[in-house]
Amino acid sequence: MAKPRVKVPKKASPGDVITIKTLISHKMESGRRKDKKTSELIPRKIINAFKAQFNGATVFEAALEPAISANPYIQFNAKVSESGEFHFTWLDDDGSVYEAKKSISVG
Amino acid sequence: MITQYLNPGYLDKSNLKGIATMAAGFVAIIIGVSLSSGPLLADPNNSVMTLDNGQTLVTDVKPGADHPLDHLYSGWRFRATETQSLQLDDFENPAFPAVDTGEALWNEVDGSEGKSCASCHNDAATSMKGVRAQLPKWNAAINRPHTMETQINECRTMRMGADKWKWEAKQMLAMTAYAGLQSRGMAMSVNVNEGEMSKWNAKGKELYYARVGQLNMSCANCHEDNYGKMIRADHLSQGQINGFPTYRLKWAGLGSIHRRFKGCMKNIRAKPYKRGSDEFTALEVYLAARGNGLAVETPSVRN
Repeated sequence: MAKPRVKVPKKASPGDVITIKTLISHKMESGRRKDKKTSELIPRKIINAFKAQFNGATVFEAALEPAISANPYIQFNAKVSESGEFHFTWLDDDGSVYEAKKSISVG
Repeated sequence: MITQYLNPGYLDKSNLKGIATMAAGFVAIIIGVSLSSGPLLADPNNSVMTLDNGQTLVTDVKPGADHPLDHLYSGWRFRATETQSLQLDDFENPAFPAVDTGEALWNEVDGSEGKSCASCHNDAATSMKGVRAQLPKWNAAINRPHTMETQINECRTMRMGADKWKWEAKQMLAMTAYAGLQSRGMAMSVNVNEGEMSKWNAKGKELYYARVGQLNMSCANCHEDNYGKMIRADHLSQGQINGFPTYRLKWAGLGSIHRRFKGCMKNIRAKPYKRGSDEFTALEVYLAARGNGLAVETPSVRN
């Protein structure tokens, strides 16, 4: 099961550049490993995209590739000028979408 | 220049005095350096453990008069600032993905009875609060103390109809971390007077002070007589067990108390006991009670 963890400061001053840290527990199965017993390829199952939105506008997005190791950790900065809510989404190969939301008060 | 060195005059008394003064100066500098760094390394540092959520945990406890130590210090106080800060923030703490796994396992139905942990214990935040602080705890039914691991396996086999987990299995560590976390900040309070606990405690004490292995050392030689000092590159702690299962950077993962015991025994070239053995259970009883009063730090981060 994939469970996202997010760290966003609770408060900031307008114009501050804040650091956002995200981590999701995920196997990131590359699709290149073989099952030791059956010698068959284990199908690929990775998080292929990540997106962070603030009040509906995209702040940061990333495409993830099979070489990225398990439990991908993504850290980035964002400038905040108003209070609002960050909305994070991770897209899985199997179509699942994992989501997390964090509010920040600016002022 | 050469003539000056060849001139025997440079050996006259006044010059010798100058050389001697200079040498004395160097000696003084060397002594000065070693003295100033001495106390710094020989003591626990003064960091205060305030977690990200504002909770402050006790890391220095004054034990009773008959206790062999003057102060009980959490192992956290002996770690470098960088390692310490990892434990202060649940996002940075590398044990938390395992805690999440533990939470998922808590709610997962397993075994022939169709039950999960939550079927009986409901919300871990209330039902597991304080449990870690009291373990190991005497259990009359099995006529021995329960550690968290044996308690979990009893539930799994007797009530869930599921298979036992191995002592060091990923699931077991995740579950002990998740269940232990619910008691974080509470004072360790192991009761050594219940049932035959005093016997186990005495046995544990005997093991703690018994010299074993090729190096002929006891637990006390490092963790009681020399805590705070450097053993090569490592800062010796008191060997308190209030933060287990702990995330060790060396292990790059969580480990149980008994795994740590094994590591210590290997270091002194002794043949380690097995995880879950009577010896380690007794040692766990003694050590847990020895640290009574310290805050539960599960899941802690150590080097």
